[in-house]
Amino acid sequence: MDFGLSDEQRLLQNTFSSYLTEQVPISRARAISEAMPPDVTALWRDLANLGASGVLIPQEYGGAGLTLLDAALIAQTLGQAVVPSPYLAAAVMAPTSFLEAGSPEQKHEWLPKIASGDIRMGVAATETYSIRENASVHLESGRLRGKALMALDATEAHALLVAAGSSDLLLVSPDAPGLHISPLIAVDRTRTLSEIVFDGVKPADSLGGPRGAGSAIERMLDAGRVILAAETVGACDAMLEQAVSYASQRRQFGRVIGSFQAVKHMCAEMAAELEPARSLFWYAAHAFDERLTDSPLTIAHAKTHISEAGVFIARTATEVHGGVGFTDEQNLHIWFKRIGVNRHLLGSPDVLRERAAKLQGWATCSTP
Amino acid sequence: MDLTYDADSERFRGELRDFILRHRDLAPKSQGVMGGRATREMLDWQKLLLERGYAARSIPRKYGGHGATPNLIEAIILGEEFARSGVSSGVSGPGVDMLVPTLLEHGSEEQKLRFVGPTLRGELSWCQGYSEPGSGSDLASLQTSGTSDGSDLIVNGQKVWTSSAHLADMMFALVRTEANTKRHVGISYVLIPMDSAGVEVHPLRTMTGASEFNQVYLSDVRVPQTNIVGQRGEGWQIAHTTLKHERQVAGNPTELEATLRSLITLMENETRNGVRAIDQSALRERLLDLQARVLSLKCHAMRLLTCDLRGESPGVAGLVVKLQACELMHQMAALALDAMGDLGILYHGSKYERAEGTWQSEYMTWIGFIIAGGTAQIQKNIIAERGLRLPREPRPEAGG
Ligand SMILES: Cc1cc2nc3c(=O)[nH]c(=O)nc-3n(C[C@H](O)[C@H](O)[C@H](O)COP(=O)(O)OP(=O)(O)OC[C@H]3O[C@@H](n4cnc5c(N)ncnc54)[C@H](O)[C@@H]3O)c2cc1C
Repeated sequence: MDFGLSDEQRLLQNTFSSYLTEQVPISRARAISEAMPPDVTALWRDLANLGASGVLIPQEYGGAGLTLLDAALIAQTLGQAVVPSPYLAAAVMAPTSFLEAGSPEQKHEWLPKIASGDIRMGVAATETYSIRENASVHLESGRLRGKALMALDATEAHALLVAAGSSDLLLVSPDAPGLHISPLIAVDRTRTLSEIVFDGVKPADSLGGPRGAGSAIERMLDAGRVILAAETVGACDAMLEQAVSYASQRRQFGRVIGSFQAVKHMCAEMAAELEPARSLFWYAAHAFDERLTDSPLTIAHAKTHISEAGVFIARTATEVHGGVGFTDEQNLHIWFKRIGVNRHLLGSPDVLRERAAKLQGWATCSTP
Repeated sequence: MDLTYDADSERFRGELRDFILRHRDLAPKSQGVMGGRATREMLDWQKLLLERGYAARSIPRKYGGHGATPNLIEAIILGEEFARSGVSSGVSGPGVDMLVPTLLEHGSEEQKLRFVGPTLRGELSWCQGYSEPGSGSDLASLQTSGTSDGSDLIVNGQKVWTSSAHLADMMFALVRTEANTKRHVGISYVLIPMDSAGVEVHPLRTMTGASEFNQVYLSDVRVPQTNIVGQRGEGWQIAHTTLKHERQVAGNPTELEATLRSLITLMENETRNGVRAIDQSALRERLLDLQARVLSLKCHAMRLLTCDLRGESPGVAGLVVKLQACELMHQMAALALDAMGDLGILYHGSKYERAEGTWQSEYMTWIGFIIAGGTAQIQKNIIAERGLRLPREPRPEAGG
């Protein structure tokens, strides 16, 4: 029985956080994400060299062959430094679907290139759990039609993974005739989101063979949810740390504001929410890795609960700063927005609570 | 990360399960959590548990325990299996849960030999005499005094909110024994027999309707100085050992899970207009939120256990459990009341009363636990000051 990080895992996290502290200060994270379109190429190259792109990919395909927990620990550091990067789709969701549903040939062809960081894949799967604006993607005699919203990391991707219906997962070239990608601009600019329109697009390949890829899509989404939860914990770490440090310096009424109990208790409440949330994302990742039977439920709970803790910490840490917390210059809002956006990607709390209810066999409507 | 248990632990769990299954009929039905004298049934059950090493497992034999090598995993398994089965884990309360660990850490050999065994067997019951009318959160301001008279102390003062004092044989109390001292200096940790001349107990009815706590008046109570635990005048640190154990009682994840399970069962059974509570989205949303919180605290407990096993300090993560767990228990009871709706307000054995009023009483009891053993606000001070290193609250000067 051992529920804690190993020395290797701490080392992995330290490697990423030291690199990010030195090389990706908030000014650089902002500069990259505010450019139109954002260019993450150089940064992603560095992160790939540190092992981010191949973290989940087995060694035989050139990756590190680590677990989702390890990947989530990296995500925590990326959230802490609000790094703009295609990590979620390219390093976690795409490899997960290949590992779940790829044929040996497909793995052989794609995984080494993903591991090296040479190929970045975007993912479009929102419509499998949430349909808005009449979006949906379907396969009609071998052609993709419809549209997908909130596609992840698709703008600069070399290839796209597209879910059609609930059980088809297709590999599509972004240059394929009939495919149109346009950016969607979120309040958080550190992540790229897009709308993809499919006007009779011929997929390059499909995953899962005749059995389809339904369970691979589920696993891919769950892996992504764990990563978002871990990122949010990292972003909360950064916000709480800034709040405590500000409260220890700023003086009013002749005292540092951290000596006022109202302020002190805001900080204590943030810590009291954050620490159990950290334990929860570790467990969610572990449940995924071990394929524990309760892993889908655990992940739905973890993503939801951490999203709730996230918004609480984001607003409270901002409040501790007073007026300066509301300024653009203080940069706190970069974390605030990342937390707010993570909350809704791959399933808003209400979507995932509904899922958690269904997984436990509770009815999903309340009319008699 | 590895959540499996080794073969020895699994064997231990298997034997324990088997034991519980075979003997559960002998176990007492209710678990006098708030202390007080054990029933005959409880005394027999405790005897059996002690013989088998399922109570006081790692306490040395000469003090009345089972004498096994301390093993955190076995301790966890014991907690889990008794909670899971709903069978009493034996005598509990301030004696076993707080005083015994304190004596083992700080008591004299004579005190350990005299008090630990009978307490473990349920023959000696205890109450905690810390709070006073003028000293609650600010415990260090306490006034109850002890003056030397040869080999005795003469104790005078008043304690209040003393749980189960009306049922207890003994009180572990904080007494200011050194003249002209202030704050945490000059306090002794004293063991006072409740049948001493000059001890007067006035039960206070609590909001749940039961008499769970008391005022205790101490007038010229004579206590031998050999009943002081640790050095005379240096009881403050010892009091903290006890408080540490008191706060641990509240964070037990198996208790959280057991309460959650009862809540779910309740919500699957209560209906309004023919719709189960669990199918009403407003109630179900709240349940799902609490379910996630229970899971989160369960994972958190595993993390803290691992820190313990590895000998690592958990830092601020170790300071949040009492605050979060008591609140969560209270919220689960609050949801249960709302799920029962208007029928949930029935109490005092009324027609249509639900679950014998337990949820109403839990709802109140957990406000008590939010306050007792260091209020939520005091917990937040501790988290902020010790965990996050924010400036300390202004404190009156210590005198000497
Ligand atoms: C069910 C129950 C059982 C108990 N059993 C026992 C027992 O067996 N033995 C025993 O010795 N005691 C017992 N207590 C007493 C308990 O420890 C005290 O009630 C508790 O420590 C608070 O002290 P107080 O009641 O004097 O409240 P106060 O200290 O007066 O507090 C009143 C309010 O002021 C707040 N407050 C006080 N100081 C601060 C501060 N510095 N910063 C912020 N807020 C502050 C508190 O949080 C609270 O909200 C029990 C209490 C309860 C409710």
